[in-house]
Amino acid sequence: MKHTLAHLKRGEHAVITDVSSIHIPLKLLEMGCLPGNSVELVQVAPFQDPMYLNVNGTHLAIRKETASHILIEKVTHE
Amino acid sequence: MSKQINVALIGNPNTGKTSVFNALTGLNQKVGNYPGITVEKKQGICKLPRGVKAHIIDLPGTYSLNASSLDENVVIELLLNRNDKDFPDIAVVVTDVENLKRNLLLFTQIKDLEIPSVLVINMADRMQYKGISLDIAYLEEQLHTKIALVSTRKNEGIDKLKDLITNYKEVSVTPCLNVKDIDTTYFGNLEKAFPNQLLYKLWLVITQDVNFGKTNRKDFDAVADFKTKSKGDLKRLQQKETIKRYQFINNALAKGQTIDLSQAKDLRIKLDRILTHKVWGYVIFGVILLTIFQAIYDWAEVPMDLIDGAFASLSEWVKNTLPHGAFTDLIAEGIIPGLGGIVIFIPQIAFLFLFISVLEESGYMSRVVFLMDRIMRRFGLSGKSVVPLISGTACAIPAIMATRNIESWKERLITILVTPFTTCSARLPVYLIIIALVIPEGRFFGLSYQALTLMLLYLIGFGTAILSAYILNKILKIKSKTFFVIEMPNYKLPLFKNVAITVIEKTKAFVFGAGKIILAISIILWFLASYGPGEQFNDAENIVKTEFSSQNLNEEELQQKIASHKLEHSFIGIAGHAIEPAIRPLGYDWKIGIAIVSSFAAREVFVGTLATIYSVGNDDEATIKNRMAAEVNPILGGPLFNFASGISLLLFYAFAMQCMSTLAIVKKETNSWKWPVLQLVIMSAFAYIVALIAFQFLK
Repeated sequence: MKHTLAHLKRGEHAVITDVSSIHIPLKLLEMGCLPGNSVELVQVAPFQDPMYLNVNGTHLAIRKETASHILIEKVTHE
Repeated sequence: MSKQINVALIGNPNTGKTSVFNALTGLNQKVGNYPGITVEKKQGICKLPRGVKAHIIDLPGTYSLNASSLDENVVIELLLNRNDKDFPDIAVVVTDVENLKRNLLLFTQIKDLEIPSVLVINMADRMQYKGISLDIAYLEEQLHTKIALVSTRKNEGIDKLKDLITNYKEVSVTPCLNVKDIDTTYFGNLEKAFPNQLLYKLWLVITQDVNFGKTNRKDFDAVADFKTKSKGDLKRLQQKETIKRYQFINNALAKGQTIDLSQAKDLRIKLDRILTHKVWGYVIFGVILLTIFQAIYDWAEVPMDLIDGAFASLSEWVKNTLPHGAFTDLIAEGIIPGLGGIVIFIPQIAFLFLFISVLEESGYMSRVVFLMDRIMRRFGLSGKSVVPLISGTACAIPAIMATRNIESWKERLITILVTPFTTCSARLPVYLIIIALVIPEGRFFGLSYQALTLMLLYLIGFGTAILSAYILNKILKIKSKTFFVIEMPNYKLPLFKNVAITVIEKTKAFVFGAGKIILAISIILWFLASYGPGEQFNDAENIVKTEFSSQNLNEEELQQKIASHKLEHSFIGIAGHAIEPAIRPLGYDWKIGIAIVSSFAAREVFVGTLATIYSVGNDDEATIKNRMAAEVNPILGGPLFNFASGISLLLFYAFAMQCMSTLAIVKKETNSWKWPVLQLVIMSAFAYIVALIAFQFLK
């Protein structure tokens, strides 16, 4: 099963694998949401939406809908 | 004549660009608008060594040159138009040391336009704290630039920056990226078609729907042909470009920057655990709002009483000092009370701007956006609508301008339409004086009734805004893509200088903007109230004397009767009586009616108008509030400003659309008369009905 950023739980880490969906705004890429970069879910608002992320040191928040288009691979911690 | 160097300050939001601007220019700055649009244009003069001066423009913050908003367009338009008189001799790109990688993206784009650029790495004071060390010489070489390591907090590095600006001719224009590498075939063809143009510039023109300056557009007309690629293809190329840029930056930073995470202490995590918490986050937000309102009410009272008293004595002094005559009366009865009506609110407005700018500067506002997005979406708004709704408590005009970063047009339009319901500072004068008159003093759990009433009015404003958003969301059939990206900046202690400059500039703009209108209206009102047609006005003295000859009135009472008889039959009295039937059901007399009509220009005119009307023909020294308290309802008897008419007035002002400037800005931002006209009609009709119901129930 393909994982998307929307599946991530609070405190979990992942690596972005694909951002080619046209539903992802260019602005997000420019802020560092690029394949290969690491991402951590820092905090979620009630109902898991929006999601507060740490992408490679940049902190930003996006809606769950957008997150569901960003493909990831989860990193299991030691 | 010494030569001026044109400098453009460019940078991502939250990099402290404005602090750098303030450090370079001090109070030597000027805020205006770009012609035709309402984007704020900040410029200033900076004195450099050897008598050279730099003209500095603080461009709106942007994440890249791929603009997605009006503010960002301004940046590209300037950078692409070499004929613009403000075209920079040198670009100063401001970055934040903690977000260097992301901030450098914009830098590489500007470099590729072959504009001489220097790099400011700001907030250098946080390097040690974050375990960051930089090899400046190496980075300068890799990025083909000169670097100034700056800390505006500690006032370090500004002199270095000034030196770099002075020697702008030595700055390299080598680009960072070979644009051709993105797609050799596509860009190869483009180069063949336009051999004399910069490739990256062409690429920007192709990928954006920006209205570039007219002169500029002609050069690029044929470029449109290169849009042959589908939108999806172009986007894929843009993605590729972004990845290439990051590769370039990563290479430079790999050796140029080391971060020792074991050294890093993170306040952010601890604060965010509480401030964005599912429960505590909202509780804290509520407490902050409550504190702000209590503070505005309590702290501002002392200076306000002083100002009120000072204007009353000034008026009295003018009357006694200047020779008697119409001119003295105009100053003492028209202009001074009218201006006093606005100056008195400086303390409160300053406090409001103070709080808002602290919330913004500290980075807390982004957390509120995060917390509120889901809730606001239910009402057709965005989390980002919270910022306009909160700054709308200062003034709807900057608030409506602040909607520009809302990505979805529908969410943005709804925010624009409902923002005028929030209680702006122009309503404060009206609220405060009426609350003082009709709400009893006393405390409830340490909060004064009067402060609670004010809080309630703010809540009514927000409530109405949200509710109408909900209705608009159901009615408006607009399809627009919605996405939402917001940066969560680091928490920062607000810089005193930045906050002070914001408070001073905004308060000044408010007072002078409103002051001009009020001055003009006061003068007109004074004339209309001091002169009248026909016998009733001109022969008032004899008419009153005959009428009251049977009663034994002393001189003072007689004079008062004459004055009020004159006022009733002056031009303004006649006009007021004409509209009285429409407003009597709301509990107002004709004087309030005049004040309401004149305040359709701007709400705060209400108090000034009443002050002017009441002081005409009145010789005693009294504050505006005392004069209003003394007014008697001509029909019902008892004080004119009682609980029922007071509440009715408060509600009328809560809902009515009485601000020409807001209507003008809504027209500009929505590019149509439809929306401001709808706002005016619907809001004012609603206000009338609510005020009517309130008075009829309470009287």
